[in-house]
Amino acid sequence: MSSIMFFIAAIGVIAGAIGVVTLSNPFYSVLALVGHLLSLAVLFLLLRAEFVAAAQVVVYAGAVMVLYVFVVAYVGGEEQSLDGQITRRARSRGADGRKLSGTLFAGTLLVELLIALLGSGLKAVEGDGAPYAPGPKAFGTPAYIGNLLLTRFLLVFEAASLLLLIAAVGGVVLARRRGGLGEEDDRDRLTPLDILRPRGTGTMVEGVDGLPLAHARGAADSDDDPPYGGASHAGAASPPVGGPPIAGGPLEGTPGARTASGQAGGGGW
Amino acid sequence: MSIGWYLAVSAIVFCTGAFGVMTRRNPLVVLLCLELMLNGANLALIAFSRMWGNGDGQILAIIVMTVAACEVCIGLGMIVAIHRRRLPIDVDELRELQG
Repeated sequence: MSSIMFFIAAIGVIAGAIGVVTLSNPFYSVLALVGHLLSLAVLFLLLRAEFVAAAQVVVYAGAVMVLYVFVVAYVGGEEQSLDGQITRRARSRGADGRKLSGTLFAGTLLVELLIALLGSGLKAVEGDGAPYAPGPKAFGTPAYIGNLLLTRFLLVFEAASLLLLIAAVGGVVLARRRGGLGEEDDRDRLTPLDILRPRGTGTMVEGVDGLPLAHARGAADSDDDPPYGGASHAGAASPPVGGPPIAGGPLEGTPGARTASGQAGGGGW
Repeated sequence: MSIGWYLAVSAIVFCTGAFGVMTRRNPLVVLLCLELMLNGANLALIAFSRMWGNGDGQILAIIVMTVAACEVCIGLGMIVAIHRRRLPIDVDELRELQG
């Protein structure tokens, strides 16, 4: 029975791996990897690694693959249009050579690994493994793994948690939306600092864009739309539009009245 | 089944992943093939763990899975950053570090 299960799962594992490598659409590659991981979990179960199999299904085939599908859906939109020109360019640059060298490398590596693993003549490799007795704390159960992780491998466990924290922070920093290089849409974003900061305190934004100058001139030139600082400026001037009506209202007010209403609105807000 | 069969499967999966890493150009698929290589190593680790009846190999496999998750996190973040810069999603086109 276990040998039948082994062959079914092994065929699934290898077919999934080949599917990941050969399918041209990255979305289908991710799906093939999900099949590969589920079959691999069956192999883990056959090797009495229950906890690792469960973690494989939940963490890998669940969470990590959802992340992959998300990124493929986000990035892969221009994959098709990009693919045409890239394959044309790559054909002219010798994709055949790369494929040949990859095949040679992988084939040599496979032969070498099989010789090293199976041709070693070790008795234990031919056997079925150590004797196994089922039980609540048997080999590979969550109790067994947890006992090991929290006693003998406690340092490794804590190091792994630190590694995960670093990776999470690194992922946020890498994928964050950042300014510069043609990213124009983060200019009119209102950050919390724009609201909390008193105006005219000489921050770098004001120094670059001349906000204190416009403020000192009584907003006489507030109509010609300063290039930046519009965020904090609009943040202070927009509440009176829906706020308490001041005499004249914002529509027909002179620039002076507009500043006054802006300040009153800001105070009331 | 004897342990040797599992080791053979793990070698095949590892070599398939290595082939994919060398031939594919989409960095997403390169990351997937890296996962394949790590999974091949994981299968070998767990097979050896079963062979000796010792849990250390399974702990090492869990740590490898953690490292793989970190690698996916960083790699996908880099791919998203590359996409934001309107650079081509192609490992052959991104050759500024090549000198």
